[in-house]
Amino acid sequence: MYSELIKNFSLIRRFMQEFYIYGFKSRDDYSKVSSRSYDDERRRIESYLSDYRQFRRTADSKTVYISVDSRTRAHNPFFRAWKAKSFTDGDITLHFIIFDILHDPSVSLTVSQICERIDDTLSGFDEPRTFDVSTVRKKLKEYAEEGLITMQKQGRTVVYSRAEDVPLPPACILDLFTEISPCGVIGSTLLDKLPPHESIFTFKHHYITAAMDSEIIYSFLDALHDGSFVTIRHENGKSAPELFVPLQLMISAQNGRQYLMVYDPVRHMIRSFRTDKAVSVEKAAKCPDLPRYRELYRNARQHMWGISTEGFSPDRIEHIDMTVHFDDDEQHILQRLFREKRCGAVELIDRNTAKFSADVYNVTELVPWLRTFICRIKEIHISDKTAEKRFLDDIDMMYRMYSDDV
Amino acid sequence: MLFSELYSAYYNAVAKILSSAVNGGITDRQLREAVSLSAFDESILTIETALKDQQWQLLYKDGTTPLEHAPAMPLTTLQKRWIKSVYLDPRIRLFTDDTPSWLDDVEPLFTDEDVCVFDKYADGDDFTDETYIRFFHMILHAAENSLPLKLSVRNRHGHIRNTVMVPKVIEYSEKDDKFRIMGDSSTSTVTVNIGRITQCSVYEGNVSLSPSEQEYETVEFDLFDTRKALERVLMHFAHFEKEVERLDESHYHVILRYEHSDRTELLIRILSFGPMIKVTAPKSFILLIKMRLERQKQYLPPASL
Repeated sequence: MYSELIKNFSLIRRFMQEFYIYGFKSRDDYSKVSSRSYDDERRRIESYLSDYRQFRRTADSKTVYISVDSRTRAHNPFFRAWKAKSFTDGDITLHFIIFDILHDPSVSLTVSQICERIDDTLSGFDEPRTFDVSTVRKKLKEYAEEGLITMQKQGRTVVYSRAEDVPLPPACILDLFTEISPCGVIGSTLLDKLPPHESIFTFKHHYITAAMDSEIIYSFLDALHDGSFVTIRHENGKSAPELFVPLQLMISAQNGRQYLMVYDPVRHMIRSFRTDKAVSVEKAAKCPDLPRYRELYRNARQHMWGISTEGFSPDRIEHIDMTVHFDDDEQHILQRLFREKRCGAVELIDRNTAKFSADVYNVTELVPWLRTFICRIKEIHISDKTAEKRFLDDIDMMYRMYSDDV
Repeated sequence: MLFSELYSAYYNAVAKILSSAVNGGITDRQLREAVSLSAFDESILTIETALKDQQWQLLYKDGTTPLEHAPAMPLTTLQKRWIKSVYLDPRIRLFTDDTPSWLDDVEPLFTDEDVCVFDKYADGDDFTDETYIRFFHMILHAAENSLPLKLSVRNRHGHIRNTVMVPKVIEYSEKDDKFRIMGDSSTSTVTVNIGRITQCSVYEGNVSLSPSEQEYETVEFDLFDTRKALERVLMHFAHFEKEVERLDESHYHVILRYEHSDRTELLIRILSFGPMIKVTAPKSFILLIKMRLERQKQYLPPASL
């Protein structure tokens, strides 16, 4: 039977990615899932994101997609899907009754006392349900692990009390950091505790897709900060996940992708995994020798334009230089070179010419950026001659593409 | 666990319902309002039934509850760790210099070192600059209270311009690593980079505002799915309102809606995809691309010449 709530986030995550990023697929394109699964997931997305749902009809199909101008939204709409976890009737009943009983940190009770009070609370219903001691103890232990309940031994018995309440940060802080910090969905759960208000912040170049990878990012950061190995299960990856040393979460503000940077102790190299392709990340044992791996990573960064690293050929570094012309009234082009050069260098040749150069592991990562200077590129030299030829061939193809328009 | 019922919309909705119920009871209309405020479109079907049928034994049939206190849940460790990370972010100084003492014993979920935005621009705002922080506080206060500000702003040519505006929103771009204010002035709706403000004070006089509508435009292009261009292009432009149509197995048509003032930025972003994108409309946009390509030919002539 259909339920708005879900037990597992992975399927809805895939569908939201498809509906939002691609948005051209119809029901027939989802051949890997049953028609019923498609209908259920579509209905859930319509329920969570009804304000953003669009559809287009063609002669033989209907395409449902999500369209959002993230600049016009104060809060990421995909956070809503994280608030759709299913639960049992017992879970929700116990939750509210336990916190009603433990309404103040000064109230400390044993599990038996809590059970008695639960029975008292439920006695007014027509057919009061009962919870056995082991169920209540399990729930209290679960809440203690989440930090909601404290457990203290008094002699041979354990007493439970609610954790101390702490003040929330001001709404304006939460409004901003919920959108710009990793795992912003956690901030969104804090905003849920505040009265409704209008945020005064908006966000440009805002890639809201990152919200869908929050659990992956959370697990990775947790292991990274803890100094532990991680296992990463990846789409199309091996069935047995391997152990990696977490190094950093790399975020692109220009294409919305996020990467888990790790050291692979088997292949002896730094690698990257896209968060949106990761199925799960799990924390493993503590990692010895962390400073050495982090030092390796720091050294590698000086030749990383994006996330490509040395791979299997640590000595292979490609050189690129590009000479750019700008007119007297185009000094902003020089400013662009300086602010966007990353690990490269900029040299002013004369008042209207500058040279950008860089030594990088993967020169193809630079190509899209180089193309943004089309109309000003006086010369370009790439040590990888295949890459250089492709760059020039692409420009040539663009000349032809636009030769007969307008 | 991040994906947990503890943070769920249903728990939030029921908490609101019970908050009203402990104060003497809740009506059906109030119950439905609470659900629509906190949960999803179809949630009322489940929540109302589960409470009324006493599957969730929290509410009596008359709208009262056996609970004695308005529901409130302490923060989870996960929430506390995230807050600690926020207070370690250099941008927090825009709001406060003080970290709450209850965070002293909390381990952050991440620190600045653990995360890197590797392609943000190097000339972002200096969030540690005392003057910048002072202006930010004033702007925040003005935006929250709809107060007019008198600003002196250095433009891109180095000239100082004065303006009076009522800030409406503060916009942040991670790529630019800058904050901008958008608000209404006496002539139009204006945008000012906070980093370009040289003087800022509350304006005491009367100001008659003339807000203007943001101008939107569309650009249409064909997308050729070679070298994984489909995924790269659609991810890159994901933050725009867009429509994508498949023309055949490797050929797509995309319509993007963007703000007129971002036209040059969008132009170079489209150019960055080279021959994987061909703009098909409007003609004015095609002309801009053609002009750039014509200018490029003087340095890198077509191979056929």
